[in-house]
Amino acid sequence: MHIPDGFIDIPTSTAFAVLSSAGVALSLKGAKSSLDEKTAPLAGLTATFIFAVQMLNFPVAAGTSGHLLGGALAAVLVGPYAASLALTVVLLMQGLLFADGGLTAIGLNVFNMSIIGVWVGYFAFNLAKRALPKKKASIAIAALIGGFISVPAAAIGFVIEYAIGGTATFSVSAVASAMIGTHVLIGIGEGLITFFAVSAVMASRSDLVYGYKKEVNSLETRSV
Amino acid sequence: MNNVANDKKKFYISGFFVTLFLAGVVSFYASSSPDGLEKVADKIGFIDTAKDSALAKGPLADYGVKGIENERLSVGVAGIIGVLATGAVSTGLFFVVRRKSN
Repeated sequence: MHIPDGFIDIPTSTAFAVLSSAGVALSLKGAKSSLDEKTAPLAGLTATFIFAVQMLNFPVAAGTSGHLLGGALAAVLVGPYAASLALTVVLLMQGLLFADGGLTAIGLNVFNMSIIGVWVGYFAFNLAKRALPKKKASIAIAALIGGFISVPAAAIGFVIEYAIGGTATFSVSAVASAMIGTHVLIGIGEGLITFFAVSAVMASRSDLVYGYKKEVNSLETRSV
Repeated sequence: MNNVANDKKKFYISGFFVTLFLAGVVSFYASSSPDGLEKVADKIGFIDTAKDSALAKGPLADYGVKGIENERLSVGVAGIIGVLATGAVSTGLFFVVRRKSN
């Protein structure tokens, strides 16, 4: 999912870098209300865990692999604003230290994974949570659904970027159907990992889980 | 109170060790097949438009430590460095942006 340099032209990459910077700025503001002394360490651990699990490519179809993106996972654990920041730190580390993902493509990657992946995953999680029985066990199942949806959503982000500024001239619809088809499969893995990770945190420290406790004390809300 | 604090400490310490283990040990067993995007780019035909990152010659490029021949060790050490760096930067950031308790 990490776009290398060269796939998308420089003007488009630059435009997305501007968009992504605005998203990060908003997230910095938004994260203030969702993070406190108690949850800030969880946000750090979440980012670190996502970095580690992103190294673990799992096979999906013949000769293809995928790895966790972690947007929905982070959003459920620490809220969408802190999740965007967590994913952005992971992407910066990967790009700067490990040459994973292009440098000019960093804004594209942040847009797809830190913004689309997080927010679509979070939105799907909330919809699923509303539809499911009001039980503790529903949180991990809703997270699974959020994780599953977030991956093809992030893939669509790439398709949009390709449509605007792809350096190759292959048809957008061919790229779209291949990207979505492959990433629906990867989304299954994403959903499962998200389910297990959220279950583990729910089992030991459910009081820290943003997507769960928001229900419990809905007093502190959108102060952004 | 003390118990809660202990509990929390235990949670973070075990979470951190799981993370170190995944990046430092399990990562060696990750699939090396191209990922979804690479595969699509290859199939459709635009994989050649990819350019090396300007940092592709860096000491940790591609999750290996330059100079460590043993592949298991090389990816493991790279993973641990990544975990420590991500942990330090993200935790630092979140402590700076968090709501100050009053």
